[in-house]
Amino acid sequence: MTISSDPKQVKQICFDNINVPDMNTLAVAREHGAYAFLPTVLKEFSSSKIIDEMKTSGLRGRGGAGFPTGLKWSFVPRNTGKPTYLLCNADEGEPGTFKDRDIMRFDPHLLIEGMIMAGFALGVKDAYIYIRGEFLHESNVMNAAIQEAYAANLLGENILGSEFSMNLVVHRGAGAYICGEETALIESLEGKAGRPRFKPPFPAVEGFYGCPTVVNNVETLASVPAILEYGGAWHAAIGIPNNTGCKIFSVSGHVNKPGNYEVPMGTTMRVLIEDYCGGLQHGTVPKVIIPGGSSTPWLTAEHYDVPLTYDDIMKAGSFLGSGAVIVMDETADLMALTRRLAHFSAHESCGQCTPCREGTGWLERVITRVENGQGTQDDVTVLGDAARHMAGRTICALAEGAAAPVLSLLKHFPEDVQAYLGENA
Amino acid sequence: MSADANASREERFSDARLAEIAEVVKRYPGAQSALMPVLYMAQEDFGYISMDAQKMIAGVLGLRLMQVREVVTFYTMFREQPTGKYLLEVCTNAGCMLNGANELVAHMCETLGIKQGETTPDGLFTIAEVECAGACAGAPVVQVNNTYHEKVTAADMDALITKVRDGAIQ
Ligand SMILES: Cc1cc2nc3c(=O)[nH]c(=O)nc-3n(C[C@H](O)[C@H](O)[C@H](O)COP(=O)(O)O)c2cc1C
Ligand code: SF4
Ligand code: FES
Repeated sequence: MTISSDPKQVKQICFDNINVPDMNTLAVAREHGAYAFLPTVLKEFSSSKIIDEMKTSGLRGRGGAGFPTGLKWSFVPRNTGKPTYLLCNADEGEPGTFKDRDIMRFDPHLLIEGMIMAGFALGVKDAYIYIRGEFLHESNVMNAAIQEAYAANLLGENILGSEFSMNLVVHRGAGAYICGEETALIESLEGKAGRPRFKPPFPAVEGFYGCPTVVNNVETLASVPAILEYGGAWHAAIGIPNNTGCKIFSVSGHVNKPGNYEVPMGTTMRVLIEDYCGGLQHGTVPKVIIPGGSSTPWLTAEHYDVPLTYDDIMKAGSFLGSGAVIVMDETADLMALTRRLAHFSAHESCGQCTPCREGTGWLERVITRVENGQGTQDDVTVLGDAARHMAGRTICALAEGAAAPVLSLLKHFPEDVQAYLGENA
Repeated sequence: MSADANASREERFSDARLAEIAEVVKRYPGAQSALMPVLYMAQEDFGYISMDAQKMIAGVLGLRLMQVREVVTFYTMFREQPTGKYLLEVCTNAGCMLNGANELVAHMCETLGIKQGETTPDGLFTIAEVECAGACAGAPVVQVNNTYHEKVTAADMDALITKVRDGAIQ
């Protein structure tokens, strides 16, 4: 496998077989190499070798925070006498993100294989896929693939004749974005409301039912088979240092060909939008680019050539997040968009931290007033103050994500805000 | 099982369901984890999750009613009220909004003569605005009873509504 940044030649990590018809069936998946390397891993790889390969690969978690996967796995205490759990985060609720859905509905065996390998490395007996409730079709596809895997002794007792046994269960969420946050996900999987927990303790030490728990995103786990087969060094050579491998970008908004594109890290935003997505619906340069899902700060036209890496996007003032790129051309009504995102945050706040519960409601009410032409200069000041006071004072990062669109609008487009104030300015 | 006495006749799980629930409970370290799967079963069997059903479920899983209520009320996909036969959930978040979702909702509301969140008097349709459905490349996205429809136009919705009203689809 070699990786080039030319769209026609890119060889992919998670999407290699994404367009193969019937890839969701075990027979077709096997024809395309699924589970071919698994016996070698189960027979010849030790837990520490797998974790070392993952560290060497440089893979960073694809769920949003970008934490190095090998390092996360190495934090799990061994021989505690308690079971270790592996939870796949398939909640995919961040507006703009729609990549995990395609892995699960088109290539479910890739995720299963990655989970078996991860489970083997971590000594897991019970693994779960927590999938958002709306993805009923995807959970049916996953369940059918899991049934086939059990029948072929790829799951269950003594997998492929080895000493290793693991169960895999799909668990449906029920329409709560906050359950994508890993500790809320754990609460939800325990049959409770999805309210994030204080950290520490981190899930690796005390997670599901108080036991050591690893939570990883779908794309992260689906990257494991290629990394173990081709080696951590192979993966580390793709992309750029500290930002290795490929990443799936879910591109939506005002582009001609919205969709999921897996590209090597370091590909520029312009190449992603113009070469892969067929450019903008109107005009030539985007007005706003939200690079990592709706909760990340906005980039503008001046960042059009930013390389798609965790580090470069952070330098530009935002986050790569889950790789959900929302593109807006000059026709976008930024006030209406900000109000809609504020509504989302107010609706999804779990309510246990005052700055988040009150702040998200305030933001929505004040922006709605401004959008309706009843806003004053004081309202604009209040918006900035309220947003700035939300971050860093709460249990989870939802509050910071709620403030991001408001602060971005005020920072980059004060004239758009003034236009709404009209005679009240 | 004491709460069973409060359950009305039609809101009892069948024996087959109870056997299925016993299997689901075994998949988790604790029975409470089976609550969400069991709530989905109740919603499938009874249409929505009434207070009686919640009491019955608390009894089946050995939970307090409060533990069941907390979950039912926290998650938007669990419904305590019946909806129309066709639940039309339109995503109006960023990607869909930028591709005409608000105009689509306005059109649907006008065609059906209801506001978002309401059900038509014949009990056929409910319109609900929902958050990002995780399918933004297909904006605007409408879920019809949990089936995704992508790049939906006003004409597509009109065609669906006509077919339902003419009895062409059940
Ligand atoms: C509000 C909020 C929502 C999140 N939603 C998701 C999600 O839908 N999917 C996901 O994988 N991670 C989500 N995360 C990140 C998880 O908490 C966690 O970092 C991730 O699942 C770890 O997996 P990774 O290391 O493989 O990225 C969310 C975080 C926050 C604060
Ligand atoms: S920041 Fe908001 S969503 Fe996160 S725990 Fe606090 S109240 Fe809940
Ligand atoms: S914004 Fe509508 S599906 Fe994501």
